[in-house]
Amino acid sequence: MPTPVLEVKNLKTYFKTGAGVARAVDGVSFEIARGETFALVGESGCGTSVTALSIIQLIQDSGFYGGGQILLNGRDVIPLSEKEKRKMRGNKVSMIFQEPMTSLNPVFTVGDQILETIMLHQKKSAADARAAAIEMLRSVKFPNPEAIFDEYPHRLSGGMRQRVMIAIALCCKPDLLIADEPTTALDVTIQDEIIKLIKELKESMGTAALLITHNLALVYNNAETVGVMYGGKIAELAPARALFKNPMHPYTIKLLRSIPGRAMRARPLDTIPGSVPPATAYAEGCRFSGRCPREMQGCAAIEPLLSSREPGHFAACHLYDSDFMKTPDSTPLHREAEILPIISTPPDMRETLVKAAGLKTYYPIRKGLLKRVTGYVKAVDGIDLTMKKGSTLALVGESGSGKTTAGKTIIRLIEPTGGEIFFKDARLTHLKESELKTFRSKAQIIFQDPYSSLNPRLTVGKIIEEGLLTLKPGLDRKARLEKIASTLGRVGLDAGAMERYPHEFSGGQRQRVGIARALAVDPEFIVCDEAVSALDVSVQAQILNLLKSIQRDFGLSFLFITHDLGVVKYVADEVAVMHQGKIVEHSATEELFSNPKHAYTKKLLAAVPRMGNDF
Amino acid sequence: MLTYIIRRILYAVPIVIGVNVLTALLFFYVNTPDDMARKILGEKNVTPAAIENWKKDHGYGLPAFLNTKEAGLATVTQTIFYQKSVPLLWLDFGRSDRNNIDIGREIGRRMWASLAISLPMFTFGVFIDLFFAMMLAYYRGTYLDISGVVFCVIMMSVSTLFYIIGGQFILGKLLKLFPISGYDTGVYSFKFLVLPVAVGVISGAGIGIRFYRTVFLEEINKDYIRTARAKGLSEAKVLFKHALKNAMIPVLTNVVVSIPFLFYGSLIMESFFSIPGLGNFTIDAIQAQDFAIVRSMVYMGSILYIVGLILTDISYTLVDPRVLFE
Repeated sequence: MPTPVLEVKNLKTYFKTGAGVARAVDGVSFEIARGETFALVGESGCGTSVTALSIIQLIQDSGFYGGGQILLNGRDVIPLSEKEKRKMRGNKVSMIFQEPMTSLNPVFTVGDQILETIMLHQKKSAADARAAAIEMLRSVKFPNPEAIFDEYPHRLSGGMRQRVMIAIALCCKPDLLIADEPTTALDVTIQDEIIKLIKELKESMGTAALLITHNLALVYNNAETVGVMYGGKIAELAPARALFKNPMHPYTIKLLRSIPGRAMRARPLDTIPGSVPPATAYAEGCRFSGRCPREMQGCAAIEPLLSSREPGHFAACHLYDSDFMKTPDSTPLHREAEILPIISTPPDMRETLVKAAGLKTYYPIRKGLLKRVTGYVKAVDGIDLTMKKGSTLALVGESGSGKTTAGKTIIRLIEPTGGEIFFKDARLTHLKESELKTFRSKAQIIFQDPYSSLNPRLTVGKIIEEGLLTLKPGLDRKARLEKIASTLGRVGLDAGAMERYPHEFSGGQRQRVGIARALAVDPEFIVCDEAVSALDVSVQAQILNLLKSIQRDFGLSFLFITHDLGVVKYVADEVAVMHQGKIVEHSATEELFSNPKHAYTKKLLAAVPRMGNDF
Repeated sequence: MLTYIIRRILYAVPIVIGVNVLTALLFFYVNTPDDMARKILGEKNVTPAAIENWKKDHGYGLPAFLNTKEAGLATVTQTIFYQKSVPLLWLDFGRSDRNNIDIGREIGRRMWASLAISLPMFTFGVFIDLFFAMMLAYYRGTYLDISGVVFCVIMMSVSTLFYIIGGQFILGKLLKLFPISGYDTGVYSFKFLVLPVAVGVISGAGIGIRFYRTVFLEEINKDYIRTARAKGLSEAKVLFKHALKNAMIPVLTNVVVSIPFLFYGSLIMESFFSIPGLGNFTIDAIQAQDFAIVRSMVYMGSILYIVGLILTDISYTLVDPRVLFE
């Protein structure tokens, strides 16, 4: 058998932190054959990115290797001198990162940044190197490589920048390409383009790839082998098809079930209770113990080894260890809780709550010496939307399509340039800010980023109270505190959360705080602006379930702004597709997915990676 | 590029006029010419007639902003504001109150002495601070870095006066390497300049090094630095090529704005080292209560600050390609 390009053997990458040693990667082994695509899947904090950075030897400052080997073409890279490591980086192993917007140096031209790598690793004359860089730009599908060569990164879109990153990564024809969430920050149609490009180039160069992602559909379509990581260890290792068809590890099973879109709409999504444990405090035994639906008596104390059920398919779980299953340790701790079906009757679509007619939001473009207005960016260009009481309308579209501006304009966080907004037949467009108070309490918004949308200097109690103070001035202090406590309880946080600050919470919990903040003032209408996009799959499932249940209990209407069509399929009653400031299609969810009419909708749907009918 | 610069300069026009009016308000309204005359002639035994005489002799005899006795355009032109403050717009500083010297000429003469110490102080200061800051950033987290930062904090906690007197005592008096103070023209000025320049650089180093180190460390944690490392570049190249050019943006904000002030001199340094520059000129004028000179220097300080801001804006366009793209 030929040597694999990469062999990772029992890799341990640790970090010194204030809370002790964080075992970010703790005994990971896998190998990647020449030309193969290996996917490493895991939620944030599970060690996938640290594994990648270990392979390219870019672990910084407080990190150190606790053991193990990383064999690149048979040679361990950990003990190499810094000089030898530099010869390897960008040349034998290269890497693409998640954030195309910030991964390129803003003050150098695209061409310079590619040239730099070529000149560093290859003995080429300046003219040859320039020709090679332009050739590379051409192969990442720039129609005008010479012009792009002299551009600065800020003039390029996210997708174009990611193509430049690919050009930099592949210009020395490496043996291994590491792609760390290469498409996560991009629009769905661009995602498809980028992943196809990587696939095409790696095949033509014979490069192996390590694909790190949380997008399981991407894995299904593009990887040959998959490693599922949990708590710094590989929980399951399998050929891609086998993993999806026949997942072994309870974590994998849960992860697959928590993807929205596949589940029945009337049922809540499968969730994993709790969150990923911190790397400083792992259980002695299986790290999934405590969250595992099939946990047994001995799981928390005894570490499971990789066991196999079929060739090439391994899982680190005691369930598949026949010796373990014979001991008393295998007594099940608790049974998997039955999922109670949410009795969600389709909403009565007769009563209109919010209506936008011919809504326009323009931003002026100013040019020249005197900054005169020379034109307008038509962010929202005359849209009509009707939101029915108790229902969910999804507004989908790519970034720049104007969907967020539309959402904010409808609740008048942005002043409309033209058109009308009605709330229960009351005309809102001409009301002054002071007259909007009643409406403000009825229409709320939940933002995408749970990290930056909560004021870090206010306690959670104060954050929620702020809204009550302005919009519910009738409540006295005692009533306000009661309201805050009950709202927090409704979103699954205990009343003790009131005294704590946002940074003390996890991402999912913060999003719960964001929901509580909106819910506290008794709204009838909530704009969810990419409210679950920044969350991990299992946490996303918890939040989606929460949103669905509060919708049912309070009869809320949601305007769900998202780019994730899986989420749309799961939550929305109706879908409006937005493209270049206009709504190109608006119909019932089932109808839109089964029978898209507009060309743009068709393109959008076609770009979504699918997982087939294997499960 | 050119439109950008023209626009920046046009923005400055109303600010300059505003500064002119505010300075006039401060010197002719808040502190009236009567107050000036009284201070100069002596508070106690001054007669109203003496005040009127002094005002007439020094051109303060007219109303401050509006002459109601005149008609037409003269209501505006026959005022102290028009005669004394408006000419400042074309840098006509007029004559001093005490010795009747031409302030503009005096500024032109003394400027060079100020420049002689402030220019080397500034240049050496920036390069030395940047050098040590980059060294600390390169060795970040090590004991060298930590002790460097502690040393910087100690240095910035000590008063400038301590460096001046300490330098004069050790290098001037004990070791007799340089004269304690004084100034000469041409090449002879060299021996007089070493001590103030050295003291100036050292007294500013603590703050400078610490600030630039913070700027570098902020850049070092950015994503594009990780990309540069992943290309296989050496740490020195990552720092000196990729981080430095980006770090120049905040560094320029700090540095360029102070370039015009090099002409202005330093009040403390010049008076301690007896350098006959503009700083000394200002201090003498304050002591002599020569309001014409003080007013000119206050106005010039504001103008130099505005020039500094314009230069800063222009310098951004040289390092940051994103500025012109709006």
